[in-house]
Amino acid sequence: MGAQIRVYRQKIASTTSTRKIFKAMELIATSRIGKARTRVAAALPYANAITRAVSAVSSQSEIDHPLTTERGEVRRAAVLVLTSDRGLAGSYSASALKQAEGLFETLRSEGKDVKAYLIGRKAQSYFDFRGRGYEQVWTGNTDAPEFETAREVGAALLSCFLEDYEDGGVEEIHVVYTKFRSMVVQEPSVMRLLPLEVVDEQVTHEGDLLPLYEYEPEPEQVLDALLPRYIESRIFAAMLQAAASELAARQRAMKSAGDNATELIKKYTRLRNTARQAEITQELSEIVAGADALNAS
Amino acid sequence: MATHGELEVEIVAADHFVWSGAARTVNARTANGQIGILPGHAPILAILEAGELSVEPVNGERLVVGVDGGFFSVDSNRVVIVADNARVGGSVTPESA
Repeated sequence: MGAQIRVYRQKIASTTSTRKIFKAMELIATSRIGKARTRVAAALPYANAITRAVSAVSSQSEIDHPLTTERGEVRRAAVLVLTSDRGLAGSYSASALKQAEGLFETLRSEGKDVKAYLIGRKAQSYFDFRGRGYEQVWTGNTDAPEFETAREVGAALLSCFLEDYEDGGVEEIHVVYTKFRSMVVQEPSVMRLLPLEVVDEQVTHEGDLLPLYEYEPEPEQVLDALLPRYIESRIFAAMLQAAASELAARQRAMKSAGDNATELIKKYTRLRNTARQAEITQELSEIVAGADALNAS
Repeated sequence: MATHGELEVEIVAADHFVWSGAARTVNARTANGQIGILPGHAPILAILEAGELSVEPVNGERLVVGVDGGFFSVDSNRVVIVADNARVGGSVTPESA
């Protein structure tokens, strides 16, 4: 009987201490989301300016730039998958990976080879566990991405894109990342990075026509310099969105874990009380029974 | 909003907003050399070289911004400077960026 109470006490103690951890992680995630969202917003002027410039150049001059032209036949595609480094974020990484699997499936059914580029330790271990190869992986700061990483990723993808198929190059690049819609809604999504479809939805508020620019040096060189930056900026934007999503997912997961722990503590407390009461009752009835036995003799 | 005869300058870096305001002139270094932009300049889109660019605001001190590459566009007195890394008041080194 006494053993039962001790078991419940231990369970309550351990659940209380894990609840503290959940609580702390929830608070950390909450405080970082704000920062992550500010960074998403802070990267916007750059993205807008670069989008505007790229659409200006590509709409004015009839340049056949390798980055904007569709290749006739696509035989190999690269996919960049953004997941988190750490777990404890609910289904965040799992749903991004599921989205990626779906994309792999589609690409393969179209007869394309798939090369995987990964961001985040979760994606790395997912691939390692299944014994599947990947080209390159970046880990270390998925919840606070740096532009430097985006630049490295951009350079790696770009060099792979510019190679010939025979040398292992790819003809298409997709990015799988988790879009941050709101604190409660984050959706895994796919975006085609290359060949570029210059989307200018972000600059629609400027109704005026794009001005006729002079270029310095030549338009081709300007485009050469602009496009890699545009790609970096889009990768960086995806990374920032993914980071905000990761933190939001972690906050939610930790909140529900904390709530569950509270529930468990409540349940164990009740069970402990019942056990204690049962013990007292038994002790009493033993005493009464003993007294009765003495009286009877 | 910049009034007539002033430039409306906006400087942005990859991950943050740097500076914006009205200015009299902007001096920048492009692949072809130094370029000075005064109000009424023709629309131009140019590649920035790594180095310093200076902005002379309508009010206040001359502003020197160190950049390590990027581009800038000018159209109807609106100058947008887009730098990979930008730092007000000096040159950009990889460590400080």
